[in-house]
Amino acid sequence: MTAAIIETNGLTAFYGDAQALFGMDFRLNQGELVAIIGANGAGKSTFMKALTGLVSVERKQIFLNGEHIGGLKPGDIVRKGMALVPEGRRLFPSLSVEENLLMGAFAKRSGPWNLARLYKMFPILEEKKHIPATSLSGGQQQMVSIGRALMSNPTVLLCDEISLGLAPIVIKEIYESLPSIIEEGMSVVIVEQDVMLAKRVSQRIYCMQEGRVSLEGASAGLTREQISHAYFGI
Amino acid sequence: MIDTIIQGLLLGGLYCQFALGLSLMFGVMRLTNIGHGDLIIFGSFMAIAIAPLLGMNILMVALVLLPLAYVVGYLVQRTMLNQTLGKDPLPSLVVTFGFSIVIQNTLLQIFSADPLSLDAGGINVASIQLSQDVAVGVLPLIIFAVAAASTFGMQLLFNKTSLGRAFRAVSDDREVAELMGLNSSHIYAIATGIAFVLIALAGLFQGMRTTVSAADGPMLLLFAFESVIIGGMGSFWGTFVGAMVLGLSQQLGFKFDSSWGIWFGHIVFLAVLIVRPNGLFPKTKGC
Amino acid sequence: MSVNVSVIRITRASKASISLGVALCLVAITLPFWGESSWMREFVEIACYFIFAMMWNLLAGFGGMVSVGQQAFFGLGAYALLVMGNFLGINPFLSIPIAGVLAALISLPVSKIAFRLQGGYFSIGTWVIAEVFRLSIANLSAVGGGSGTSLTALRGMDRTFRENTTYWVALACVIMTIVLIYFFLRSKQGLALLAIRDSEVAAESQGIAVQRMKLAVYVVAAFGCGIAGALYLVTNLRISPDAAFGVNWTAFAIFIVMIGGIGRIEGPLFGAIIFWGLNKFLSDYGTWYLLGLGVLAIVMMLFFREGAWGFFTRKTGLEVLSIQRRLQR
Repeated sequence: MTAAIIETNGLTAFYGDAQALFGMDFRLNQGELVAIIGANGAGKSTFMKALTGLVSVERKQIFLNGEHIGGLKPGDIVRKGMALVPEGRRLFPSLSVEENLLMGAFAKRSGPWNLARLYKMFPILEEKKHIPATSLSGGQQQMVSIGRALMSNPTVLLCDEISLGLAPIVIKEIYESLPSIIEEGMSVVIVEQDVMLAKRVSQRIYCMQEGRVSLEGASAGLTREQISHAYFGI
Repeated sequence: MIDTIIQGLLLGGLYCQFALGLSLMFGVMRLTNIGHGDLIIFGSFMAIAIAPLLGMNILMVALVLLPLAYVVGYLVQRTMLNQTLGKDPLPSLVVTFGFSIVIQNTLLQIFSADPLSLDAGGINVASIQLSQDVAVGVLPLIIFAVAAASTFGMQLLFNKTSLGRAFRAVSDDREVAELMGLNSSHIYAIATGIAFVLIALAGLFQGMRTTVSAADGPMLLLFAFESVIIGGMGSFWGTFVGAMVLGLSQQLGFKFDSSWGIWFGHIVFLAVLIVRPNGLFPKTKGC
Repeated sequence: MSVNVSVIRITRASKASISLGVALCLVAITLPFWGESSWMREFVEIACYFIFAMMWNLLAGFGGMVSVGQQAFFGLGAYALLVMGNFLGINPFLSIPIAGVLAALISLPVSKIAFRLQGGYFSIGTWVIAEVFRLSIANLSAVGGGSGTSLTALRGMDRTFRENTTYWVALACVIMTIVLIYFFLRSKQGLALLAIRDSEVAAESQGIAVQRMKLAVYVVAAFGCGIAGALYLVTNLRISPDAAFGVNWTAFAIFIVMIGGIGRIEGPLFGAIIFWGLNKFLSDYGTWYLLGLGVLAIVMMLFFREGAWGFFTRKTGLEVLSIQRRLQR
């Protein structure tokens, strides 16, 4: 059995008094690309935030490489090798493209990813490296955001809705860069609105609905009917 | 007239030194420190108090005072001010206002209401003759030079160092900066530490060039603030220019009538606020 | 499926407390007949602090605008009354509301400048504006310049009559302030203001004219501070730019509101009473007293943000001047 990189057991999370996640069981195995789908408000982004320490959870419910990380601060979690490409990209407007990438390396983890490597993967970024990051196009900003996460040399990459607001051809370009990242030994979780896209690129899918997992299985095996049933809860 | 302009610019140098710390704290954490001016005066009094222990050697005073200021600033931010940060400006305003009152009354209690000065060994009266009619004081020149160097240093720090990058990142988006592994509490505290060093330097200069008394603080806060606003937020060189404009305005006002100097500075500030609300050289997206 | 729900605006405890308050007011009105004149003078002075604090609370606690320059309107109110009394021969007691109106009118152009700043910079900006007024008036020898002058318009009036009338006017101002703010905050406009305080963007999207609302609050606060300043001159009989435009008025207002509880009507009331008590027993300690006030304000802000009244309300669930709307089946 392949090693579990991420494992959550009965994960619950709260925004203040309001419960947002109700007992999520999740597993990401080494070298996998797992997709999480669900309607808006289903809790997908909340789950990402819970994994990375932006939302409070209890200590024992999240395991990264066998280690409990629930309750740790985001900075500690990134140092243990989990990086997030946040929803909406959230680049630093006061920083240039290169400076944004360099911020990703703040955690000082060793590994194959550095500026040179990123510029090879996304050549357009090298051209624009001194330009304020937020003046780039949507697709280019997404590349910067992914690159920034990669600069921390993570073992797990979490991508929250990276196709949002992008043209199909740009989405294709971005998703084409993922396999080479996985080949290096990284495991990836993507949160996707586009169900067909998610089915195509991932090995397994989790569908979320109202803060719970409503469906889980190998992407190839799931039917459209199963998915829409789980997606909409009808 | 030339004399007035030169005096104005040199005064601007002093005001720039006053203003840099305020600009820094606001730039990194959106924190407005109402006790800023009182901290400068506190610095003056500290310098005056420890100078006799160090044989009145100003350089030694600086070497002792500045690192101490960094530590104090770091601790104040870490233990008290960090909790006041957030969308609501009220907590930081009330707490720093409280600082202002505490500092003023502490100084009043310790040093009473008498104005004191730091004996700079004659440097405050030495002057250089530039031409037949114009002489400039050595101390004002030194202050101007240090202020310019401080501004240059701050700009360099922000734009070229990894700490500066961290400052800009955390002020842009604290949550994402923490996702990168940055400890915002620590970064904020470093910023305040540096701000306190700039403040201590300003206090040292103020104590050397004139007499200081416990209640002087608020006026200095207003000068620092006006320099920042006139110059435009988000840029240290902007603050430098803003301070020059303020210094010049005040000197012109003084020349007209001794009681109108500060008033004229306020009027120029208000005028800039009306005509160019983002200042002369704005760089940030806004408060 | 429909549910019968009614909106309760005032609880039974609230009603009881208000009845008590009305009784207290009736007693207070009779004070000149059985009390000492020093009590009345003290009351008037506290009234000035209280009204100023209520205005600051309205601006900061409800309007979300932290002004450190309200003393501008306090001073303008005082000097307006001085001019009307000494130079225009208008009865000072009648001038008090006029002074308030004048302060409110001046706040209109002032707001055009002040509103260009936000947050902390707005605060200091208002302070600068107050300083401009202070320095300008300090240079006008006609009103006494930097050392100030006396209100001569009340000379020749019988002392007891003057003190009694001043007291009643102050009492009226205090009651009016509480009543007006209470009804304003319970009204539709008041609800709009609370919405703006919580989220300007959300409020705007609901069709609330945010800028107009903020301006209205700013003008009302100026009016109140102007009245407080005019009242201060009437009881003190002497005024100077430093006393009229001093930032200590704001400092004490902040203290009163923080101790009592910000964003509530009862807060400043509570805070003013505590402040009066502290002042009475500790002000002899001069700098130590002020130092203590400063430390207390910091501690309250860091650890007891809701203030003494807020703490009491939370523990007991009692509210006197409630502006909440409760649902009841």
